[in-house]
Amino acid sequence: MIQPHSTGAQKAIEVKSVSKSFGTYQALKSVSFDIGSNEFFTMLGPSGCGKTTLLRMLAGFESPDTGSILLTGQEVVAIPPHRRRVNTVFQSYALFPHMTLEQNVAYGLENLGWEKGRIRTRVGEMLERVHMAPMAKRRPAQLSGGQRQRVALARALAPEPEVLLLDEPLSALDLKLRQAMRDELRTLQRDTGITFVFVTHDQEEALDMSDRIAVLGGGEVQQIGTPTEIYEEPVNRFVADFVGETNFLDVEVVETAPGQATVRTPFGVALTVPATGTASRGRATLSVRPEKINLGDQAQGTVFEGRIINKNYMGGYTHYTLDVAGTELRASRRNASREGDAIPLGATVPVGFVAGSARVLAA
Amino acid sequence: MMKGHDVKHYPGLGPLAVFFFIYLYAPLAVIIAYSFNANRVAGVWTGFSTHWYASALNNRALMNALETSLTVAAVATVVSTLIALSAALAIIRGKNVRYRKLCETIVNLPLLLPEIVLAVATLILFSLVNVQNGMLRLVIAHSAFCTPFAFLPIRARLQGMSLDLEEASADLYADRWTTFRRVTLPLIFPGVFSGAMLAFLISMDDFITSNMLSTGGSTTLPVYIFSLIRAGTSPELNAIATLLILASLILATVALLVAARGTRENAEP
Repeated sequence: MIQPHSTGAQKAIEVKSVSKSFGTYQALKSVSFDIGSNEFFTMLGPSGCGKTTLLRMLAGFESPDTGSILLTGQEVVAIPPHRRRVNTVFQSYALFPHMTLEQNVAYGLENLGWEKGRIRTRVGEMLERVHMAPMAKRRPAQLSGGQRQRVALARALAPEPEVLLLDEPLSALDLKLRQAMRDELRTLQRDTGITFVFVTHDQEEALDMSDRIAVLGGGEVQQIGTPTEIYEEPVNRFVADFVGETNFLDVEVVETAPGQATVRTPFGVALTVPATGTASRGRATLSVRPEKINLGDQAQGTVFEGRIINKNYMGGYTHYTLDVAGTELRASRRNASREGDAIPLGATVPVGFVAGSARVLAA
Repeated sequence: MMKGHDVKHYPGLGPLAVFFFIYLYAPLAVIIAYSFNANRVAGVWTGFSTHWYASALNNRALMNALETSLTVAAVATVVSTLIALSAALAIIRGKNVRYRKLCETIVNLPLLLPEIVLAVATLILFSLVNVQNGMLRLVIAHSAFCTPFAFLPIRARLQGMSLDLEEASADLYADRWTTFRRVTLPLIFPGVFSGAMLAFLISMDDFITSNMLSTGGSTTLPVYIFSLIRAGTSPELNAIATLLILASLILATVALLVAARGTRENAEP
């Protein structure tokens, strides 16, 4: 028996204390989180962080050593992949090379026992949806990477799964196509209302598409939150470092209050900044994003002085490297006009950051 | 293709290739030519004739031997290919298979053992368990030694097939049997076909084991041909040989076409 469709449960997926080892290597260390229905949920992390193992567990290709996984409220650890209302878009697409696109998309529906007429309608609809209808009779070998990607999507969405799993589906595409596919994926998710679980190591993709992101590292969930929370309020050094660019400063916490801390920076300036929980006095790490540091006449908040020791003109932005009393700081400035790139190398300029934009990290 | 490494650039390759082909095929050319010789004495050409073909095709003993060979080969092909396919699936795709390498070696062992040893051993075994029927003996023995030949191409094809496809099939609600029937088998078919073809040819070609196990009513073609030679060469033999060459060529061509079609259509993107 294939799992019945859900009756509108609030949670699409519940992962409870899941652990998994391969030999002596601990891939997952008691991981727990929930994914809401209709959510675009991303598991983000470097290779070896356990994100693919988790995805394979949701699909049913791996089983946890301990812990449980619930799909729409039902325990599925003992249920084989072909009985789970979950479909996967594989990194390699895994289209059946001996079948036409039409046959590929129809495959899941045939196995579900849909009647022929209904299958034909649905296949036509899905191929239309991903703009592949004119090529219905072709085989995968005759398609480009982007086209295969869209067929793989159509094939996985055709059976109306409760959850769609996407395993780094954009990694094989070139840059332009990747951007277009991001928008297309987001639109598909909104239109279908299906829960998407997306796995990637690309933080830009994660920030761009997700409702919520789980940052995974070393087999553990480091942080779960909205893209803004992950970027603006990283809970630890790992998250701050992996998502986006940042400056880490070794600081000393001199005064604490719930949610904030007063720190002494290596260049002597004292700042009151937000902190994760209640920071303890003593040494800590302060994270400041390069774009939060203002230079020259734009310097606001706490202002000190720095010398430009390197600059990289990127077109829309210019990245500056500063020497502030022996400490290196990276700052980036948006080139709204040609003046953005105007600060010359070697110049000593006012440097400022608004205290609320920096963050004291737990580790 | 890198031009600098084209084999044609090596000096003397042309003449060497020509010499090689003459060396390889001259004996066959002689047999084919003399199969059309009107004279009974081989080596004395007296005129063109298809007499020996008619004579060979009317030779009851020869036709019986051919029938025995074809029957044994057909049954052995089916049995050995099925065994080889099951073995390959279990060894390559099975989960938690211990001693994978050892299992493979055991399947392939008959390739390494001297055939005469296997033949004698088989004969002794059949005597011990009292298998008298010649046909049954041949079928059992052939099925056994054809298995590794069928196994090799199937294993190669299965190893070359991405596991993703079978997972995708399971992900799309196909149970294991459906996955095998609709995804795995169609994709490894060229390997299965090559394996079956090899098994068939090996069985048709076998002399040592068949000679050891043959009984009055079950003589295979190679065993019969050998007995003809012992009685002195006959022009009929040339005709039989030529027909066998023709049959092999047809089989090989079909096999190549199937393999090429399989590779083209099933090219994994």
